[in-house]
Formats: sequence, C-alpha cells, structure tokens
Amino acid sequence: MDAELRGIEQETLKEIEAARGNREALQALQVRVLGRKGLLTQLLRSIAALAPEKRPEAGREANRVKERLASALEAALRDCEAAARPAERIDVTLPGRMEPRGRLHPITRVTEEICAIFSQMGFERVEGPEVEKDYYNFEALNIPKNHPARDMQDTFFVSADVVLRTHTSPLQVRTMERRRPPVRVIAPGRVFRRDSDQTHTPMFHQVEGLWVDESVSFGDLKGTLTAFVRRMFDEETALRFRPSFFPFTEPSAEVDIRCVICRGAGCRVCKETGWLEILGSGMVHPAVFENVGYESGRYSGFAFGLGVERVAMLKYGIDDLRRFFENDLRFLAQF
Amino acid sequence: MKISLSWLSQYTAIRKSPPEIAEGLTRAGIAVDAVVDRFGYLDSVRVGRIVELSPHPSAPRLTVCRVETGEDRPRTIVCGAPRLRIGLLAPAALPGTVLPDGTPIAETSVRGVPSEGMLCSAGELGLGADRDGLLELPAGLPVGEALHRALGLSDPVFELDLTPNRGDCLSLIGVAREVAALQGTRLRLPRVRLTETGPPVTECAAVAIEAPLACPRYVARVVEGVTVGPSPFWLQERLLSVGMRPINNIVDVTNFVMLECGQPLHAFDLDRLAASRIVVRTARAGERFVTLDGKERTLEEGMLLICDGRAPVAVAGVMGGLDSEIRGETTRVLIESACFEAGSVRRTSKRLGLPTEASRRFEKGVDPTETVRAADRAAQLMAEIAGGRIARGVIDVHPRPWRPQPIRLDLERTARFLGVAFPKSRIRGLLRAIGFEVAPGASRRELQVTPPPFRPDIARPEDLAEEIARLAGFDEIPVTLPVLPAAGVRPFAREELRRRLREILNGLGFSEVITYSFIDARDGERLGLPAQDPRRHPVALLNPIAEDQSVLRTSLLPGLLHTLRFNLDQQNRRVKIFEVGKVFLPRQGAELPAEPERLAGLWSGPRAILSWHERETPCDFFDLKGTLEALLDALHIPEVRFAALADAACDVTRPGRSAAIVAAGEPLGIVGEIHPRVRSAFDLKPEAFVFEIDLEILEGHLGGLRHRQRVPRFPAAVRDLTVILDAGIEAQAVRETLLQEGPSWMERAVLIDVFSGPPIPPGQRSLTFRITYRSEERTLEDAAVNAAHAEMTARVLARFGGRLPG
Repeated sequence: MDAELRGIEQETLKEIEAARGNREALQALQVRVLGRKGLLTQLLRSIAALAPEKRPEAGREANRVKERLASALEAALRDCEAAARPAERIDVTLPGRMEPRGRLHPITRVTEEICAIFSQMGFERVEGPEVEKDYYNFEALNIPKNHPARDMQDTFFVSADVVLRTHTSPLQVRTMERRRPPVRVIAPGRVFRRDSDQTHTPMFHQVEGLWVDESVSFGDLKGTLTAFVRRMFDEETALRFRPSFFPFTEPSAEVDIRCVICRGAGCRVCKETGWLEILGSGMVHPAVFENVGYESGRYSGFAFGLGVERVAMLKYGIDDLRRFFENDLRFLAQF
Repeated sequence: MKISLSWLSQYTAIRKSPPEIAEGLTRAGIAVDAVVDRFGYLDSVRVGRIVELSPHPSAPRLTVCRVETGEDRPRTIVCGAPRLRIGLLAPAALPGTVLPDGTPIAETSVRGVPSEGMLCSAGELGLGADRDGLLELPAGLPVGEALHRALGLSDPVFELDLTPNRGDCLSLIGVAREVAALQGTRLRLPRVRLTETGPPVTECAAVAIEAPLACPRYVARVVEGVTVGPSPFWLQERLLSVGMRPINNIVDVTNFVMLECGQPLHAFDLDRLAASRIVVRTARAGERFVTLDGKERTLEEGMLLICDGRAPVAVAGVMGGLDSEIRGETTRVLIESACFEAGSVRRTSKRLGLPTEASRRFEKGVDPTETVRAADRAAQLMAEIAGGRIARGVIDVHPRPWRPQPIRLDLERTARFLGVAFPKSRIRGLLRAIGFEVAPGASRRELQVTPPPFRPDIARPEDLAEEIARLAGFDEIPVTLPVLPAAGVRPFAREELRRRLREILNGLGFSEVITYSFIDARDGERLGLPAQDPRRHPVALLNPIAEDQSVLRTSLLPGLLHTLRFNLDQQNRRVKIFEVGKVFLPRQGAELPAEPERLAGLWSGPRAILSWHERETPCDFFDLKGTLEALLDALHIPEVRFAALADAACDVTRPGRSAAIVAAGEPLGIVGEIHPRVRSAFDLKPEAFVFEIDLEILEGHLGGLRHRQRVPRFPAAVRDLTVILDAGIEAQAVRETLLQEGPSWMERAVLIDVFSGPPIPPGQRSLTFRITYRSEERTLEDAAVNAAHAEMTARVLARFGGRLPG
C-alpha cells in the first residue's frame, strides 16, 4: 500500500514535470490520477480493505499524497494559463494619477527656518498684537513723540495712540513686563510701514530676538548672531558688525554679510558695496530696562531684528519684493 | 549729507584713500552710501581742437566751427564766443552731457545750421567764474580725452546716510573730526578774525526772547554797507561740491557757515525789520505768514516765531519770511545765529510739512556753544566778500546757558558689558580724539568723561561704551557664545497647530498664501455682509496709502477672493489656496482690537489637474467639504458635523450650499459656495468654494493624539442597506440613526450611493449604506448579523417613513 502510494506520487510528479506547458496533457493527467476513477482515488477506496489498525495511518498518507499532487497539478495548469494569456501591455510613460502637493509660502518657510535655528539656541517663541499701542511701539522703546527717530519708520495710525506696529520690537517690552530674567525669546510676525514701491511693501515680516540676563555682553551678541548667520547661509559667510543707531539699543550694530550674489566683488544687489545689510541689533538701552522695571545695573542684554523678506530674497534670488504678496501660484509653486 | 573731499581737506590732512575713508567711516557708524566723483559729468566733455572756422550764414555774431573730438570725423558746433582760432583747444560737450546748472546738451540746429555739441566756458562747466570766452585749454592735452582726466580733476564726494543721533555730522567739521580720529590726524578749525569798523551793534538792533524754553540762545551780528551780488567762484564751488545751489553772496555765506560748522544761520535785511527789533515768541492760533518760498502758511499756537517790531519775519529754525529776505538792494544785514529747542523745531516743521536744511539740524540738536563763533565767521566772510563794515560787538541773549554733564565711567562694568577690557589709556585716547574731556575718576577703576556740547546724544555710560567700541572697531570685540541651560525650549502651542494645518493642507494640494492685513473699505459690502454685522465695522487706518488698503481685515475671505482674481488674470485656473492669519475686530471700551486668528481656504477651477485619466470636471462643494473632513480627521477633532446653514444666515456663501462646521456642538466656522452676488462684486466668473474657521475654537477641540482602539482581530461582516426616503431627509440624520439603532458591534456605516430618478418617484431618493459589523470577541454568525441588520432596517424605516426598494 505504502509503496504503491509513493510510486504514484513519484511517477505523477515526473509526469507533471514532463507535461509542463502542455495544458491538455496536464488535464488528462489530472483525470488519470485524481479523477473519480483515477489511480489515486481507487487506491484510496482500497484502504477500506485494510486491517482496522492500519487504516488511519494509510488514510493520512494517502491524503497527503493526494493534496500534494493536486496542488502541483493546479500550479502547473496556472502556469499554462499565465503563459497562454500574456499581460496586457501598458504605456508606462503615460503620466500617473496625482494631486500635486500644495506649497508653503516662502515667507513661512524662511520664518520657520530662522525660528528653528534660534529655538535650537534656546530662544522661546512669543507673539504679540499687530495693532499696537504707541507706548509699546515707540515710547517704551525710548522713542518719545517728536523724536527724530520716528522719521526712521513711517507709521500707520489707527488713532492718536494706536498704530500698526512698525517693528516686532514691542515684544521686547511686552515680554519683559511679564517675565523676570533670564529672558530669551524670539518673536516673529507681521509689521507695517507706510511705504510702497519696488523695494518696500506696506506690510512685511520681522523676527525679533531678545536675550537678557546677568552679564550678557556685546561679545555674546556678536557670537549669537554670527552663529545664526552661518547656519542660515553658510559656514563661510563673512560678517561685518557696523555701528548704527536705534533708540532702544546702545551700542547699536547693523550686521552686514558678504554679498551672497557677488561674493563681495560688488553687484547691483549690494549696490556695489560687497555687503548686504541683514540684521539690526544692539545692547538693550538702559531706558528700556527702566521702563519695564529691570535694574539696568544688574541686567544686560541684547536685542536684534531681521527682515524675513530680505532673507528670503537672498536665499531664493527673488528680485521684487511685491511677488511675496501677489501670491501668483506659478511663483508659489516653486517653493 | 554730502561731503566733498576737497572741502573736507580744509579741516584735516587727508592720509587715506577715499575708499579707505568710506569704509572707515562706515565701520565707525557713519554709513557712507556711495563715493561719487563730482566731476563725473565731465566724462562726456572732451578736449576738442578747432580745425575749421566759417561765419554763420545768417547770424553775424555766431561762428560755425569744425571741432576734432577724437571721433572718426570732426563735429560741427555753432559757437558765439569771441577770440576763436584754428588750433585752439577748448572743452567740447558732446550731446548727452548735463552741465552743472542743469542744462542738457543735445544735437540741435542753431538758426539753420546743425550743431553737434557745445564749446564751453569755464563758468558753464562749473570750473570757474568766467562765462565770456571759451575755457582755453593748454596746448598738448590729448584731443578727445575726457576733460576731467585731461585736467586731472577729481573730487570724490561721500554720500552719508546719517543716523538721527549724529546731528554733529551734518557739518564738514563734524565729519572732519571723525576722519581725523580715524586717521590719527589733527583737526584744524578755521580761524575767525574780525575787524569791526561799524557802529556799536546795540545801536543797530535789539533782541528779546519771550519764549526762553524754546529758544535758549539768540545771537545777532550786523554788517552794514554790503553789496549783494554773485559769490566768488571759490564760494560757489564749495557749495556746488556738496550739492547746494549758490544764490547770492550773503545767503551763500550763511549756507557756507552752516555746512562748515552745522549752525544754521539766517540773514535778514535789517532795513526791513520794523523797529530794527527781533522778538522771539510763540505764534497765536491762526496767525498767517508768507515764507521765503512764497507760500502763505497758517500757524498753530505754540509754533516758535521770529518777529520784528511788528509782525513775524521767520518761522524759527525752519524758514525765513519773504518780506525780510535779502534782495539786490539790501545793504544792512542782520545775521541770526540761534539755538532753538529740537522738539519745537521738529513739531513745527512736521506740522507745516516743511523740512529744511535748518530744521534738519535743529531737530537733531546744534552745538549751543558755537553760536557766537558761527555769527562771527559769517560776519567776517560777508565783510570780505560783500564789502561791508561789521558793527561793533555782538548781541547775545542767552537765557539758558549750556552746562557740561560729566559721566562716571566704570571700567570694569564697561569691560563686562562689551566683552573686552580696553586699557584705560586706550579709552582716554579714543574719546579725546573726538572731543570728549577725560579726567581721572573717583577711583582707579573709573574715569570721568565729559561729552562735548555738539554730542547731546551722549548721556550715559552705555553711550560712552558705544563710542569706545565704535572707535576701536567692533571687530576688536571678541566673539563669545553665552552658556545655555540644558532645559530646552517650551513649544508655542498655537504655532504647533499652524504648522500641522499647513502641513495637512499642503498634503491635500492647497498652497499657502499671505495677503495684506489691510483690505478695501468696500470689501465688507462686497462680501454681502449685513450692515449690522461686526465684520462690516472694521478698524480703519487714519492715514492709509490707498483706498484698497484702508481698513484692517475682519475676515480672511476678501484676501483669498482678490488672490483668486489675480490668479485668474494670470490664467491660473485651478486655484487651491489657504491662509492662516489674524483678523481684527474692534472691542467696545478697549483701546486695541481683538485679533482672533483664522484659517481660510478656497478652491476654484477643476477638481483634478488636467490629465488623460479623466475628463475635466469643476470642483464642487463636496471637494472642499472633503478637504475639511480630512483636515479635521487628521487633527483628531471629535464629533464633527456639518449643519446646513439657514438661508437667512447665509451672506458670503450661497443659500442652500452653505454649512456650519460644528465640533462637539460648537461651530468652528463655515464652508460653502461663494454667493453669485459676491462673485460678481469681486469680478469673478467661475464658481469658488471657501471655508473659514476660527483657530482658537479649533484649538479647544484638539484632543491630542490618543491610542484609542485595538486593531480588530476578527473578520467583519458587510451588508448593504438601501432605503428610499423623502429627498428632504438629510443623509447625516439617517446615518446617525443607523449608528444609534444598530447593535453595539456595528462598526461603521458608509454612504456609498445616492440615487434619484425613475423608478424612484419624484421628491424621493434612495440612499445606500455599506455597513460593517464586527465583534471584538468572536467571528460573527451570519444569522445573527442578518437578524440585527433587519431589525435596524426596520427601525430606520419606521423613523423616517421610508421603504425598501423593489
């Protein structure tokens, strides 16, 4: 019995191999072995004739062989069919189905990049109102009414004492009023100036930074901003700290970087100077500390502000500021 | 402010090259925007040689010259100058040249004869006073060479971009002081020597100050017997070199002295001052006065005036009056050299819209100790140039003398503050070089520093630290990095939300836009908002740039609609955009408006990008609704429903196609099709769909990401259910009933078909839901599923009065 089973198994497997690709032969083989009057079927029937104690063992073995042969035959038949019916050819160069991903506005992209760098340096994000009291926008920043420094920023007024903030610097005062040192914050946001031409839009974006603690030095300001610029542009970027004037810092420094377009040789973008103004900064003015109730003898700190559009223009080679707010999708799709 | 090197060199020896000076000044905080050679205009003025002369056929006084200019053929130039001869070298201005007085040279025709340029006199070229004959050039100059190169003329002019604190640099001497400090050279101040041969000044005029707060000092000198006329060439040239137009010798002297030392002066015709008196007082409201420029000005109360015995003769520190100005026949001059309070001058100049050379200087503070010297200098020059006699003595009314204010400079603190310790001797040297007095302090670690009177911006030790740092050079301060605590940084929750919104919407194909915070005052009306809607009452700007940017937005939708308009104009038809930003709503009794933050999106144009996969179809309500469903799902906002907006509640969006977006019973915002009326108000043809939601409310529904359920282990049983119902019954209500009435092991019900039309009677429709049943404990038996499904079906039919198909 056993030997017979094995014989059928081996024999049939050989025949399947021989008939590979021949559908009729395989079907005939299927009938001859597994059909109702097939070899294996007959053999299975003869199990009944065995001694009862041998039946289970023989039954299991017979079923195993039956299953093995059945699946081998089926697989061989499937192969035949696949070979007989080749897949319909497709033009793989036809475009796929897709919904293009939307893009981040370049200003958002650059703001996030700037904030990420400062966040890694331990600056915490804060935000404040865009419609601001004259006090926070000017007075508390040591810019009294009728000070010539008010000419530096043309202001939109909502009322005599309420303005659209002309810079993000009010956040310096608002933050220090609420917190005691150490203060280390970054404040991005929209700002407004009454100016509109090819190089000015009445709204633009700034990022303000402030670090106040015991014994923060001008050297720390230089170090922090140098580290920032090198991360933002590249490690080789040359910087120039140039004395300037802001009423709320003393000393004040304008930070220039080597022109990223001409590498310092002089070009239209840097007005032939080889340098690009990128940041305004300085040590927090003692009058500002007095206005927020900090002891200026005890604390010192630095503040800085940078124009996001300016950075974006340099990074992406955009030559017209107005592109940012037209929102032409052909422009936005490039980011 | 422009500073010419030739003039600058009168006050200090020039040791460095112009680019070095420019870089040095810039690094010392006096930004040099550009260095321009003021003889640049001579680029197109060539050394010309006359090679042929012939009389003008119709004008006996003119000559037709043929002039070699180094070009391929001689030029024909008609000239009226005397003493022309063949072989003469003279300046030939080619067409395109602009002469210093503004005259452009062009190819022209002089009484019928073409003229291709102009032969020039010294006066015409700004190189001398002579205007009668041609500037005869030395023989041997190369013909055709540009004149400034041929003559070696060069005068670099520094264009300074001064910060408002450096009023002292609005003068040649002020800048020379910085250049001297930069180079280590000495500052040479002009010496003033007066010969007073006139009558005592007190017999000529009198001065009274009635407003001592606004006028701490008023100095007057008198020069008699002057002859008003053009200034000598050297004086004209000095003024021209810094871009100031010469007027007459008296006015030119006042301007020269102002440019030299920064003290604005005014010259009055003394004979036109009533009672030969000067009275300094404030204006009465509504007083009228005609300024030098011939305009009548209405003055406001408190503006400071200079008056004579009768009426105003000048707006103090801003502009003189027409009546008392210097004229051709003037012989007696009163020179005003005064100090006016900075704020007063600034207010007045602003209110009158009249910024002048004088007001620019006064509002930044002029040196109160130079007042007499400036008057002396002007008197001396006038006497020299205009031939007058200086009255004896000076009137000096000085109610509030300047007092030095010494500052204690703690050297250790300064070193800590700057991050570098400069030696005491270095600090002393740096500060003295720019006119500060430095004396030993109370201890070895201190200095006592007295800022000079021309530096009113210096009042504190920090100001001194800046002077030290800028003079030493910011480069000398070492770069240090502060030590950071390792605690890390708290994230800003709202920004995290914005970042997720942007990311999700980008993924769904929406691009971010940024539009102005101000919009058109008419946009509220264009949106179709009812008159009492708070969005119709925006915060208005007092001084907008343009009407379409005159109020603060109360909704993000106008910005999106204008952006759509702009993109359609650019032939961008498929517009999927969103903006995150603040809107501004006035608050009763509060100074500042509320600034709630919103998210708004817009979709217009085709549903899918143009492709071969499907025919182009326009997007519809459900495209945008789907976007919101995906967005809110990705944010894990629970219990989101969309509720049809009552027609009366629709303004921006179209009735019947508008929904409130609701989370756990609270409205987040709206979504809908733009109302056709709004579309036409914004001049939009295609349909557009918008949503706008409030971020603060949305934020309140953020549950945070939770691991809620196990992934199912047992197979699901799926049954479809089709019911025929009144078309007015909302699908959402049916679905919610299914979920409510089904067994606890009903997993979900998805609407897979909506059908109306035969054989379904009008007014009804069929809804088909695919319902998934799944138990968490076992594989479900068919019979149990069928029974539950049937029971639920019956309840739904009973509830809505529907029937099954067939």
